Amino acid sequence: MLYINCPHCGMRSQNEFSYGGDASVKRPELNKEVSDQEWDDFVYNRKSLRGKHLELWQHISGCRQWIKVERDTATHEIFRTFKADEEVA
Amino acid sequence: MQKYSIFNLVKNAFSNHENWDLAWKDPTPKEEYDVVIIGGGGHGLATAYYLAKEHNITNVAIIEKGWIGGGNVGRNTTIIRSNYMHDENGLFSEFGMDLWRKMSQDLNYNVMFSPRGIINLAHSDAQMNAYARRGNSMRLNGIDAVLLNREQVKEIIPMADFSENVRFPIFGGLMQPSAGTARHDAVAWGYARQADSMGVDIIQNCEVTGFDVVAGKIKGIRTSRGNIKAKKVGICVAGSTNILAEKLNMTLPIETHLLQACVSEPVKPVLDNVVTFGAGHFYVSQSDKGEMVMGGDLDGYNSYAQRGNLPTLQHVLTEGIAMMPFLSKLKMLRTWGGIMDMSMDGSPIIDKTHIEGLYLNCGWCYGGFKATPASGWTFAHTIAQDRVHELNAGYSLNRFSTGNLIDEKGLGTKTWIS
Repeated sequence: MLYINCPHCGMRSQNEFSYGGDASVKRPELNKEVSDQEWDDFVYNRKSLRGKHLELWQHISGCRQWIKVERDTATHEIFRTFKADEEVA
Repeated sequence: MQKYSIFNLVKNAFSNHENWDLAWKDPTPKEEYDVVIIGGGGHGLATAYYLAKEHNITNVAIIEKGWIGGGNVGRNTTIIRSNYMHDENGLFSEFGMDLWRKMSQDLNYNVMFSPRGIINLAHSDAQMNAYARRGNSMRLNGIDAVLLNREQVKEIIPMADFSENVRFPIFGGLMQPSAGTARHDAVAWGYARQADSMGVDIIQNCEVTGFDVVAGKIKGIRTSRGNIKAKKVGICVAGSTNILAEKLNMTLPIETHLLQACVSEPVKPVLDNVVTFGAGHFYVSQSDKGEMVMGGDLDGYNSYAQRGNLPTLQHVLTEGIAMMPFLSKLKMLRTWGGIMDMSMDGSPIIDKTHIEGLYLNCGWCYGGFKATPASGWTFAHTIAQDRVHELNAGYSLNRFSTGNLIDEKGLGTKTWIS
């Protein structure tokens, strides 16, 4: 069982959360010319890192907020959690 | 190489079976090979075998980080099928079905291929319509498909829950009678033994640490056992694809996810088909030893752990018990996990890359085991001829940017829910 520290609600079990994928992916700016390659990278291409991975989770059975979680994809250890709009240093 | 036969079995009995040849050797890597295959799993071993057999290329090495057959070919639920709707998947898999039928003879190794049939259960009228459509698509591609009504399903699997007041009543199912199972380890060992006998070097405990690429052309690989020059390199590493891609500065439409499976204690024969639950994701078959072999959803977050978490198992087995209530009486014998190369449309990639002489075989999601022979056969063709075969032409790397996706389930890019 993973335990995720929701920045809004505190420590909760993974059963309350749903996964939302790689949080480092950024949608291209729409007010400029976007190449096919940029769309491709945004929609499909992923690094899928082994080790520290910043990802989105939604506290779907709790506050329903989207949050960011820094987790190790090899050990499943969770290091830090952030609010969705928080900048990650 | 000694042939496995009744005569050799009797002959070797006189010397207490102490003089059998090794099934494959343990060679030291040579300085250079015509083709290096990275990954000694089912697909890598099959690729090396078909390179030697179909294309007469025998100066080949298989480089394996651990031991051969220790990854997903040893961790799957052994299901073999070709019940796909899309032409690319259907024709590719049905080509593989032919190879499966001949495999034991071809490899002189009993892979225990058992075409016992697969039934996908339907739990609503809409699902029956969808299955009728899929079944018709399959039959147009020459694949056997039978739409079963509730009574017909009940005759085949009476132990499923046919009572009136269930949340997901069984309306019927789609059956592919020629689908089945095989002994997964035997597939890896059979391909390894034949490839070795034709001159392929199987190099285990050898991790790839980098690639030598000069002016857009592959020159060789760096490994934990030294540098190896190669004219061509094929990557066939399933859940480790992204790790090698990073060393090549490639970002792929692949994410690595964790999938668990489990077996129950062995019981008397009760189920002689593969059955899947249609209102969730659960599949079950019974092994020759009597264990119920079960699997279902991914754990649902990126992972390289090769070991799972209990909430997912609980979720999957709840579906299993809803489908076949007797499963709740069984004790669990083993659970395990493997890491899947989940592609963004659920279909694989077998293609050349932008680097000359470098070939990519990945994106097998849940379906890698059944694809072993067809994947090896087409990947060998792609490497030997430096062009894709019509069977794997659809499995291109650039189909994502061109929009030619093969999304069998219509789920989009959320790999963790597929």
